[in-house]
Amino acid sequence: MLQLHRIGYRYAGYATPVLHDIDLSMADGEIIGVVGANESGKSTLSLVASGLAPGSIGGALTGQLSIDGIDMAGSPLHEFSTRVGIGFQNPATQLSGVTGSVFEEVALGPMNLGLTGREIVDRTNRAMAVLGIENLAEREPRRLSGGQAQLVVIASLLAMRPAHLVLDEPTAQLDPEGTRLVGEALRGLAATGTALLIAEHKTDLLDGLCSRIVVLDGGRIVADGAASDVLADPRLVDWGVEPPSRIRLGRAANARGLDAALIDGAIGS
Amino acid sequence: MTHLALEGVGFVYPDGTRALSEVDLTIVPGEVVAIVGQNGSGKSTLVRHLDGLLRPTEGRVLHDGTDVAGVRVATLAAAVGIVFQNPDRQIFAGRVQAEVEFGPRILGRTPQEAAETATAALEAVGLSDLADANPYDLGFSRRKLLTLASVLAMETAVVVLDEPTTGQDARGVARIQGVVERLVAAGRTVIAISHDMRFVAETFSRVVVMGAGRILLDGTPAEVFAEAAWPTLASTYLEPPLAARVGARLGLGATPTEASLIEAMGAQG
Repeated sequence: MLQLHRIGYRYAGYATPVLHDIDLSMADGEIIGVVGANESGKSTLSLVASGLAPGSIGGALTGQLSIDGIDMAGSPLHEFSTRVGIGFQNPATQLSGVTGSVFEEVALGPMNLGLTGREIVDRTNRAMAVLGIENLAEREPRRLSGGQAQLVVIASLLAMRPAHLVLDEPTAQLDPEGTRLVGEALRGLAATGTALLIAEHKTDLLDGLCSRIVVLDGGRIVADGAASDVLADPRLVDWGVEPPSRIRLGRAANARGLDAALIDGAIGS
Repeated sequence: MTHLALEGVGFVYPDGTRALSEVDLTIVPGEVVAIVGQNGSGKSTLVRHLDGLLRPTEGRVLHDGTDVAGVRVATLAAAVGIVFQNPDRQIFAGRVQAEVEFGPRILGRTPQEAAETATAALEAVGLSDLADANPYDLGFSRRKLLTLASVLAMETAVVVLDEPTTGQDARGVARIQGVVERLVAAGRTVIAISHDMRFVAETFSRVVVMGAGRILLDGTPAEVFAEAAWPTLASTYLEPPLAARVGARLGLGATPTEASLIEAMGAQG
């Protein structure tokens, strides 16, 4: 259980905070989607929840962040890194740059956890298989396309099997199939008890994946509830968030006096 | 105006990875073309041949009927501007305005002309208020808009966008659609790589589908998202937009966009 209580955060060198009064708890096995317009605080929330802000990048944090009941205030970054994994928006910034092959890149995390050789190889193979990237095992990491790099980064995180995982737009550069595989992999990871926080613009992905959705606007939580309720909230558009395709299509049909149930039926069939 | 042609283009990276095979593609001035396909299908490799960043290992690339082998990138880049997927490979100035002025100045514009085109480009992408900011203080989505402005300011005949909507919220996507529409209205050629099929169907009049380094389909959105093409799309792990799937299930024919679907539903009554 990762808990944020009345969290505020201000970047170093800035006069005003970008997060205000954030209350959020991630229960084991829960998948929470975070949506909001650009600059609404999604990436900052990801950095704070993973301890990188202020742990790595400085800035001022107020409120309380606790993991499994332990207050993490002032905890060194390595204390966070064994409890919370983070996947950045831009995979190019996350690849280690020190490995010569994708296999080594994915194995790097488990190696640093001090696991046995057999366990490292096993976890690495499984993580790559789940995302369908076994064929990239021998590829040089810097030779990957943007989407391939994103899958490799997610495989590295899966192989770490963190208790909590924060992902900032994990599918931004992925094709629809890659997006689907990541969704399945994350569902599988949550089933083992990992709590997930996923910042995403793709509400179509969150629609089927998350049990709960949090909406950020101007650094504050403006909605927090069951995914089906929040994604159908008419205020979503005002918050700069695109509703899922099925909801948008249904509304367009309604606006023309057509039967939206026809669309639901066609999607369901 | 630049008439682009690839004739029998193949490309193999130095490590032996084959990225393109027998690509024939002609794009005439003023066309607005989307390139889609699974991750690693050769989309980014293909567009890097248009300005000479990569040179074909087989076949020829022609600008206005002339083979560009041996023509410097700097010369070709005056005709073809590419906005890369990863903004951090493209940004280097300490101030947003200076970043955008760099391109036109390199092309020999006077400082005043450069300042004017830069100001207009920042206006087009909605970053006017941030002209004095440091590019690295901007979030990912704004850095992407900044690189778009930098290429717009070069006023190239051809503008290539590699996954322009990645990381953009609903307003950002609408803004990019607006930029594309204005470029088209001005008679410029726009080529974009995207995984966002709805953006593709609603913004582009021609869609090129790639799989394993080859062109699989090339036609209008209605053609490439029509039911008959779905197996080919599936072979490169793509799905048509939801509107096209719903239209096909309801027996309404090809409805690649939401507007066309609602229109067809209305016509049927």
